[in-house]
Amino acid sequence: MPALPLDEAGAYVAGAYLVFLALILLYVAIMAAKLSRIERELGELGELAASRDVSGRPAEEREAVPR
Amino acid sequence: MFGRGLKTLSIASLLLICGAFALVAFYAPNDADQGFVQKIFYLHVPLAIVALGGFVAGGVYAIRYLRSRDRADDLRSYVAIHLSLILGLAVLATGSIWAKASWGAWWVWDEPTLVSFLIVFLLFACYQPLRFSIEDPERQARYAAVFAIIGGAFVPLNFLAVRLADSLIHPRVLSTTGGSMPGEMRITFLVSVVAMIVLFVTLWKYELTSKHAGMQLRALKRRLGGEDAVGPLSRTAPNQV
Repeated sequence: MPALPLDEAGAYVAGAYLVFLALILLYVAIMAAKLSRIERELGELGELAASRDVSGRPAEEREAVPR
Repeated sequence: MFGRGLKTLSIASLLLICGAFALVAFYAPNDADQGFVQKIFYLHVPLAIVALGGFVAGGVYAIRYLRSRDRADDLRSYVAIHLSLILGLAVLATGSIWAKASWGAWWVWDEPTLVSFLIVFLLFACYQPLRFSIEDPERQARYAAVFAIIGGAFVPLNFLAVRLADSLIHPRVLSTTGGSMPGEMRITFLVSVVAMIVLFVTLWKYELTSKHAGMQLRALKRRLGGEDAVGPLSRTAPNQV
């Protein structure tokens, strides 16, 4: 097959690179969703631990803000 | 445990990917035969190399798991195969787009390189259903490791078989004669391969860290006995590390 003209070839090349970019972004988005779920469940677990704490203060209040 | 060096790796992979794409756009010359569409080569081939390498790495970590029974190696194997499947999907998609532009068809069933990659991809696509069909964590890890080793060994054998077969239209990239790429193309290709390897390692560590955090949380929940109060965590690959 002869080489495609630039305008036609450009669409294929852009398509290939966009597919790659979309897959990576989708992967990162899924990982971010999982991370936010971990964070949420960690918060719930913190509340559970605080409710059992003898001091009665949530454990989070006694921790310094992380850098 | 798994997150060490993740920040440096993330910056390195971003810089390398941007650098590689910049080289593809502004430095590498157009191919004399295929013209501009050959630029897909700098994405498709590194992706394929890294995906196949990831399957082999999954097999290597599976061997390490069977020798040491260290759950961390099982997790490393699982994540390597999982990521390689995602990259494999990108290989098939970018390859199909390139095939349509160059050969006029999205897929050519007579071509050994294409079909052999599809076989490897479909083989490893069975890994997760096999893994999660087993309830017992010990058996799950052991069976998955055996599968990963056999699959990982199949990759270089498959590569050799394809080399020995007659190619119809798909070019051979890694040849014993060193190929015939001019200097600019060769540099761009090598940078693209390095960028893809670094990206793979970054995402691998990223997922390992995430899965490990989920597992630690799950274990903590079990220890606190608050499983029912907080609701179950989602399934996170190998059950415990």
